[in-house]
Amino acid sequence: MVIEIEKPSSVRLSKVAISKTHGEDSPYFAGWKAYDENPYDEVHNQSGVIQMGLAENQVSFDLLEKYLEEHHEASSWGKGAPGFRENALFQDYHGLKSFRQAMANFMEQIRGGKVKFDPDRIVLTAGATAANELLTFILADPGDALLVPTPYYPGFDRDLRWRTGVKIVPIHCNSSNNFQITPQALEAAYQSAESMDLKVRGILITNPSNPLGSAIQSSILNDILDFAVHKNIHLVSDEIYSGSTFSPSEFVSIAEILRNRNYKDAERVHIVYSLSKDLGLPGFRVGTIYSYNDDVVTTARRMSSFTLISSQTQHLLACMLSNHEFTQNYIKTNRERLNKRYDMIIQGLKKAGIECLKGNAGLFCWMNLSPLLNEPTRQGELELWNIILNQVKLNISPGSSCHCSEPGWFRVCFANMSEQTLRVALQRIHKFMEQRKVCSVNR
Amino acid sequence: MRLVVPLQGVAQGRGGLLLGSLIPCALFYFLQLYLKRRRSPSDPSPPSSSSSNQPGMTRHSSLSNLLSRGPLRISSLATSIAKPDDSPYYMGLDRASGDPYHRIANPDGVIQLGLSENRLCFDLIEKWTSENLRDWVMGREGGDLSISGIATYQPSDGTMKLKMAMAGFMSRVMGRDVSYEPSQMVLTAGVTPAIETLCFCLADHGNAFLVPTPYYPSFDRDMKWRTGVELIPVHCRSKDNFVLSISALDQAFNQTRKRETKIRGILLSNPANPVGNLLSRKMLEALLKFAEEKNIHIVSDEIFAGSIYGEKEFVSIAEIVGSEDFDKNRVHIVYGLSKDLFLPGVRVGMIYSFNENVLAAARKLTRFSSVSAPTQRLLVSMLSDTRFIVEYIQTNKKRIQDMRDLFVAGLEELGIKCTDSRSSLYCWADMRNLIPTYGEKGELELWEKLLNVGKINLTPGSACHCIEPGWFRCCFTTLDKDDVRVVMGRIRKVVGSHTSCG
Repeated sequence: MVIEIEKPSSVRLSKVAISKTHGEDSPYFAGWKAYDENPYDEVHNQSGVIQMGLAENQVSFDLLEKYLEEHHEASSWGKGAPGFRENALFQDYHGLKSFRQAMANFMEQIRGGKVKFDPDRIVLTAGATAANELLTFILADPGDALLVPTPYYPGFDRDLRWRTGVKIVPIHCNSSNNFQITPQALEAAYQSAESMDLKVRGILITNPSNPLGSAIQSSILNDILDFAVHKNIHLVSDEIYSGSTFSPSEFVSIAEILRNRNYKDAERVHIVYSLSKDLGLPGFRVGTIYSYNDDVVTTARRMSSFTLISSQTQHLLACMLSNHEFTQNYIKTNRERLNKRYDMIIQGLKKAGIECLKGNAGLFCWMNLSPLLNEPTRQGELELWNIILNQVKLNISPGSSCHCSEPGWFRVCFANMSEQTLRVALQRIHKFMEQRKVCSVNR
Repeated sequence: MRLVVPLQGVAQGRGGLLLGSLIPCALFYFLQLYLKRRRSPSDPSPPSSSSSNQPGMTRHSSLSNLLSRGPLRISSLATSIAKPDDSPYYMGLDRASGDPYHRIANPDGVIQLGLSENRLCFDLIEKWTSENLRDWVMGREGGDLSISGIATYQPSDGTMKLKMAMAGFMSRVMGRDVSYEPSQMVLTAGVTPAIETLCFCLADHGNAFLVPTPYYPSFDRDMKWRTGVELIPVHCRSKDNFVLSISALDQAFNQTRKRETKIRGILLSNPANPVGNLLSRKMLEALLKFAEEKNIHIVSDEIFAGSIYGEKEFVSIAEIVGSEDFDKNRVHIVYGLSKDLFLPGVRVGMIYSFNENVLAAARKLTRFSSVSAPTQRLLVSMLSDTRFIVEYIQTNKKRIQDMRDLFVAGLEELGIKCTDSRSSLYCWADMRNLIPTYGEKGELELWEKLLNVGKINLTPGSACHCIEPGWFRCCFTTLDKDDVRVVMGRIRKVVGSHTSCG
């Protein structure tokens, strides 16, 4: 008797393909799934999950739409359109000069004209995600380490580590000093890496910080740069939220720190920027690396062939960002609106008895729910997060997914919804807090 | 005075040899110490030269660099990439783009024949875009023009709308009965990341792919740079019309295994680049059998599938897998729009796979190289215009054929024969009897002369790892009909002067 043995398809996949480093099984992403299955809608699904875990900026779309309606030359792209024929020639990874110039100008404007950016040092990538990964490939070998202050954007675990094989060693920050980075914490992280036999190649900071929603003070930026110089390592400053500070005077870019030092030590500094947050255009996939190091610029440019921005998009944005009137108005108005939203959510949370870290930037606030934890542990935090997701029907991001060393903190986004939806969310929180008060009284 | 006394004693021979040698040594030592302290600290190797147009950047290196452990380091990968690329493929492209030929504005410029771009139907694209691109950025969502449809985060592997439009286009352009399933597509910002992403999914650092030669020069970068994967050439020869043989594949496989390098797959180009020939149905079946036997993947780069205009039929590997009882999980196809639909700067590539696990991993990896949303919208609009697409495809094939006939005839007049292929945007020219010496050196001499004297950029076979010297790839789809005459004249100038010396 012949026994048929089913031969399973045994063709092998790579370690990268089967690894879990993409992190998409973490609560950060699990909450998104819950939202996808039952999304809130002002009209059609008022009991759905409100998405407060997505740092998207929708408060200034009308300004973009107005510009596009009034400036058809930006979106016209065809015969006779300015630059079409020129763009038709060999398109390489340098990108359109006009677009790089426009980006440089925009970045200068955001920094109040305090620093200048050279368009030839701008390397274009399809989003900041790609920019951060590219820089990691360039600055560190597989098995090396980058120091990243906690809490940090959960996506870094994937973007900096997955394909690069580079490790993240956390710089622990805590609430005792508003999560600011200290020289002691930097040194401790460095020593920790050394004790694990890891070569530290650089520090990656996000300024303004995600998830804290606050800009890093210039004295601290100086400390960090001094540390990088002392250890002879790189410093990457992800300034993706630089245009989202509520007041222009509150943000200091690492570029300004360098300018103050007459650009001494600049060859170790690299800035990442993108239009996804400030301009609210994540779908466009536009990111940049700005480096003061010629080798990094050359290498990044060559490697950007894996992550190019289409020329239509470059052309459109070049027109938009070269329009000084538009950009000035946009930057100013966007800041004001984000500030207004921030005030709204802080007041609302305060009324509900919830404190937040004092913030001055970004699309989110850093909320302290530690008094509500059953136990001051990660487990306790996840239990609370589950209740908020499934009962209160709000998707917020637990601090543990941001590697926060203290349980009980949550990132809450406020710019990806209408004011009305935000009000609904605040009402739900208020009700939840009221119920808990009642419960604890009755115990 | 006191110091002088012992010295005086030494000078007079008193104190003996000991003092006589000790004191000068001590003096010498202290002198060196003094001079060292006074000397300004020497620069370590400069971190990197500062650009002259960097605002405010000064050249002196920081004191801290001295106290630190040597110069500022970048990764080994970056160090190797930063070096100037000495491949003639890239050098030629750079020369041509630095001094581009233009019939009126720059008649002495370099004519680009090294770039397989298809500009023959650019006028049709121009016309379509000028007639159809009003309000394409914003869409009508709920009546009003709104940007939110494309501004917000999109699925990183492409919208379903675009995938469906691509599926329709592919069926049409390849002229086959195969229907492509949108859910099996992963879209990327160009074909370069599509190939690299597949590599990341199928192979680990240090693993290898078998690649028939000659092959597209950029595979060396695209597939190896960041993945750490090795490419093992499987040589094809002119006596076989550069057609791949299973025995050559088998030999390469066994030899590589002896080195203890794991082979993860075969990378095919079909139609082949640079030769332009097609894989027959029989060969594709044999390759699938081979892959099953060895338990490896097959990646088929079908980016030129829409450029076929002759009588020979193109058979996609998708067809074979669909019709026969082969293991689909090991088959993956790479495709892209840029060869079939010349939209300047449009970056749309595709991984088409039958393996759910590969698709799942590739989807997640697309966050590093997603197609821009406005571009997706533009393409959906264009690809859905059936009337335009049908006209474009027909006109395109005719123009490629006409241009090829003209170009190949021109070469024949010079005594240069090309392999017989009715596909792709280039021809594979036999210049073996024109190279000064038989070997890679001779081939490169001819290439340099054609570039520097003739001012035309061709791709030498050695850049494509061709085992036989003397073959050149010539792309003719960036030319106008009148340019062909100019090209032939320039080749004659070089070839003519060559034969007179030879």
